[in-house]
Formats: sequence, C-alpha cells, structure tokens
Amino acid sequence: MSALISARGIAIRFGGVVAADGVSLDVFAGDHLAIIGPNGAGKTTFLNICTGYLKPQGGTVQFKGRDILGSSPRAITRLGIARAFQIPQLFLEQSVRENMLIAAASQARRFAPFARLADIPERGDVEHLLALVDCADVADRKAGELPEGKRKLVDIALALALKPEVLLMDEPTSGVASSEKFTIMDTLVAALRERAVTAVFVEHDMEMVSRYANRVAVWSAGTISRQGPPAEVLNDPEVVRTVIGG
Amino acid sequence: MATNSSLRLALLAVAALVAVAYPIVSGSSGSFLTIVWAKALPVLGIILLLQAGQVSFGHAMFFAVGAYTIGFVGRAMAGGELVLLLVAAAFASLLAGLLVGVFVVRYRYIFFGMLNLAFSMVLFSMLEKFIHVTGGSDGLRIARPTILGEAMGRAQYETILYYVSLAILALALYGGARFLDSPLGHALKAIKSNETRVEYLGISARLVLLVAYVASAVLAGLGGALVGAIQGIATPDYAYWVRSGEFVFVAILGGTGHVAGALAGAFVYEFIRSSAAAYVGDTWQMTLGIVLLAVILFAPRGIVGMAADLWGRLTGGSARAEPAPEEADAPDAPAREPRPLRIVGGGR
Ligand SMILES: Nc1ncnc2c1ncn2[C@@H]1O[C@H](COP(=O)(O)OP(=O)(O)OP(=O)(O)O)[C@@H](O)[C@H]1O
Ligand SMILES: [Mg+2]
Repeated sequence: MSALISARGIAIRFGGVVAADGVSLDVFAGDHLAIIGPNGAGKTTFLNICTGYLKPQGGTVQFKGRDILGSSPRAITRLGIARAFQIPQLFLEQSVRENMLIAAASQARRFAPFARLADIPERGDVEHLLALVDCADVADRKAGELPEGKRKLVDIALALALKPEVLLMDEPTSGVASSEKFTIMDTLVAALRERAVTAVFVEHDMEMVSRYANRVAVWSAGTISRQGPPAEVLNDPEVVRTVIGG
Repeated sequence: MATNSSLRLALLAVAALVAVAYPIVSGSSGSFLTIVWAKALPVLGIILLLQAGQVSFGHAMFFAVGAYTIGFVGRAMAGGELVLLLVAAAFASLLAGLLVGVFVVRYRYIFFGMLNLAFSMVLFSMLEKFIHVTGGSDGLRIARPTILGEAMGRAQYETILYYVSLAILALALYGGARFLDSPLGHALKAIKSNETRVEYLGISARLVLLVAYVASAVLAGLGGALVGAIQGIATPDYAYWVRSGEFVFVAILGGTGHVAGALAGAFVYEFIRSSAAAYVGDTWQMTLGIVLLAVILFAPRGIVGMAADLWGRLTGGSARAEPAPEEADAPDAPAREPRPLRIVGGGR
C-alpha cells in the first residue's frame, strides 16, 4: 500500500532547539495515526510542516506522490488536507454557525457576491456537523464567547466542513470536559470512518490513543523512536519511561 | 420579532419618502443633501475595508480619479453626457483600484494604511505638477453635461444630481449590505479576526480583500465624480490626504459596524461642518474634533450603534450588536480578548 502522506528526512531546528532531525513518517489511507511524545518534542511543528505553514531546513513531504513542500496552507488545504489546531483558530466575532458556513462555502466554492451566506445549499451539512461535535446549542453564539472546550470542537468541525481526505488534529480534546470527551470522540471517529477520512492526531491522553488509533508513532528528541500498533507501543518499557510515565 | 422588523421597514420607508420629497417640498435643489449622498459613498468604501480591519488613509485618490475622469471625458466631449461620465468614472476608479489594490492587499494594518497614503500623495503631486493636462492647483473645470441628451438649466441640473446621487447611494448601501451578508463579505470579516484560519479554509485572504478594495475604490470614484459634478471643478485637493482622513473620520463617526454608518456619519459631519461654520466661524474643526472624541469615548460603535441601542431600549427587543456585560462575565465565558495568531503551539 502506498502512503497518502509521506515525509522523508524532515529536519528543522529553531535556534538550538532541534524539533526534527531526519524524521520519516508515512500516513496510509484509512489510518488513524496517533503521534505521541513529550511537550515541546516537535509534534505540532510536524503538522505545521505538512500543511505548509513552516518550511523545514531539509527533507521532503509528498501527498499522493506529489511534492507539497513549498506550497501554501491554502493550496494544501485545497488538495484535501485539513487541519484542526492545538489552540483553536476561530473567527471570534462571528457566530459559530457563520464560522462553519464560511468553511462550507469555501469547500463548495460559493462566492457569488450577493448570495446570502446563511442560504447556501450546504447549510444542512453544517447543522449536521455541529450536532456531531455537540455544538448545535451554541450555533448562534459568537465563537469568542465559547468556553475553551467548545472552541476546540468547533475548530475540528471547521476542518471537517472542508470534506478533507486527510484530517490532521492537534490534541483534539484537550480542554474538552472529560465527561463528554469520549462520547464526542466516539461519534467523531465513527463519522471519519464512515466518510473514509484518514486521520492523524497528536495526543497526550493514552486512553484516547488506545481507544481510537490503529497506529502510534512516538516523537521524541527530534526523531520517531518507535512506531506500531497501540497495544505494542504503549506497553514498550522505553516508551512508558520517556513519554507516558514522564 | 415581526412587529419590530416591520416597524423598522416603515421607518426606512418614511426616511426614503422624506429624501425623495425634500427638493419638491423645500423648493430648493437640496445641494447640502446632495453632498451628503455623494460623500457617503467613499465612506461606505472605507467601512467595507474596515470589516477586514484595514484602514486606508489614501482613498481620496479614487475620489480624485472619479472627479478628474468626468473632467477629462467631459472636456473631450465638449460637456458630455452625465450617464456616460458616471460610467467612465466608475470604470476608471475600478481600474485604478485594481492597479493599486493588487499591490496594497499584500500588506496589513499600518503598512496598508501608509501605502495607500503614499499612492494618494503621488497622485496628488501629479495632479499639481502636470499643469498642462490637469490645470495644476487651479483644477480642472467640469462643464455641465447633458442628461439623457437634454441640456439642463442650473436649478434643474442640481435637482437631477440630487436624485442621481440619492439613487446611487441607495443602491450602494443595499449592495453593500448584501455583500457583507454574502460568503465573501463574511470571509472579509474573518480576515480581521483570524487570517491564518482563512487561508487554512482554502480561501485567499488577499483575493477577498482585493474584491473589497476594488469595490471601495469604485464607491470612492463615484462619490468624487458626483461631488465634481456638483461643484463644477476638480482640484488636486480631491486627492489630498486630509480628505482621505476625513473619510475615515466620518466612518468612525457614523459607525463601522453597519453600512448605514456611512450615511449617518456623512449627514452629521456635513451638518456640523456647515452649521458650526456659520455660528463659530473657522473653529468648526474643533467642534468636529470634540464630537469625534465624544463618539470614540462614549459611543465607540458610532451614531448607528447609538441608534441601535436606543432602538433596543425603545422596543424592548435586543438590537444590541454586542453582548451585555453580564453575559460576557458569565462563568463559562472565557476571556474576551482575541487570542494571538500563534498557531505553532510551542511549549505550553
Ligand atoms: N515557529 C517557531 N519558532 C521558534 N520556535 C519554535 C517554533 N515552533 C516551535 N518551536 C519550538 O520547537 C519545539 C517544538 O515545538 P512543538 O510545538 O512542535 O512541540 P509539540 O510536540 O507540539 O509540544 P506540545 O505537546 O507541548 O504541544 C518547542 O521547543 C518550540 O518552542
Ligand atoms: Mg503541540
């Protein structure tokens, strides 16, 4: 099976901090790949590179065999890679529904200058997605008024509204109340499977990893120290010592 | 609320009726109001750009492009035809907006504002220096054009200009409101709060801003053409930075949250300017300054925001655009200041 996203020899450093030192990682179609690793290891940096926000000092990234290093986040988004953020990136002065409709309009390329945003044909999908992440009740509120957990969920829904082939999520449920975190992830992951969306998620919560990932990559000290099925990786004494127990 | 919106519609209808009836009832040609209608156009353009958080301190350049275009085309055609002149002005300012816009939409905030200023100053000095073409600081005379082929007397001409300006403004306000409610308009507002996310949704922030920029240039150009037609002359002052500043001033005075701010601001501004000039002589700038200070301190959403609050209180409905303070302080509400655009995460 050939990789959907294929990173080879990624090297990036910020001053003295080495975030990646020749990292190679493949994401296969249908994967639900979890990236784990200590704080400041370089996990978010990797997502920044894959989406064109940062350019590494060395290495290549291909999406379906096509070089995407040097492309802008916009171009990469258009190719089918959507991203949800560690720190939610929303349009704070607009309502949650408007946030979502903008994403849906972009995906369907609806930019007729005098059509109403609220009337685009995709508005039904938007309501559906908001219900999926349990945010239907806050649809009319300004994104800036939401508590952190809800913002994280809207942030994911925004990426989903783009109907991506690959969804990159950065600690999707950090800040989400633990009482509802698994309920929402259950629905979300089921929806991803149903739509055949390949997912990569950076995660610190090992319960989430063992529950939702089919593969785990351990990012530490600028390299991928271990890769494999969760059952194996999460029980590796070395991983337990450096990442989980630490 | 149905009654609320129909009440609002009724008020709008009354206002429109008054505006239409004014020249007939008063017997004057309403030149004060014509200036208000015309000057509200560039202010509307400024309000469009403000949706993306960008302030242009150079939009007088398009105002001048509009005025000089009808001057030049009119001169070439020995007077010319008003409809044609206005179309030419719109077209010329569209081109100018595209030309300058392609360059300035790459910049934000102070750089955006100053680059616009720089372009306008280049135009200003060209208008002053190329005396043989532009008439230099004496300006370019704008002869009275025919209207739909008819030659007009002065009073009749002014009355028609009143209605033409009113119609263009009404269309522009309606179009502007529709635009801001469209996907493009919402993307424009999104640029203000999170341009990074705009790009991550696959939208080109520059392209969206360019669309708004060109629209604002056309609005400014039409405003300049109308003021030129009213005053019968275009001078380099039309492009001067003080005038650009005036557009921004009026936008803030009127309220930048709604297209109606352009009209409210232009009306109050011209009113203060003409009445203060009559009563307190040449200190009218001071009066305006104090008014603007008061608006910024006590009604940051401008006249329109003030009116909306008042309306909300009168009808008991919530016409407020901002949440009440107690809502914002609810226990589950986070801090309201926008988060920085830092997406790299980094150490926590
Ligand atoms: N744009 C940048 N400029 C400078 N330093 C950066 C930049 N982006 C990341 N870093 C640094 O690189 C290192 C890796 O950061 P990154 O955000 O990728 O870590 P992470 O694995 O996502 O950590 P966490 O689990 O805390 O989110 C950190 O030391 C961070 O401070
Ligand atoms: Mg991170």
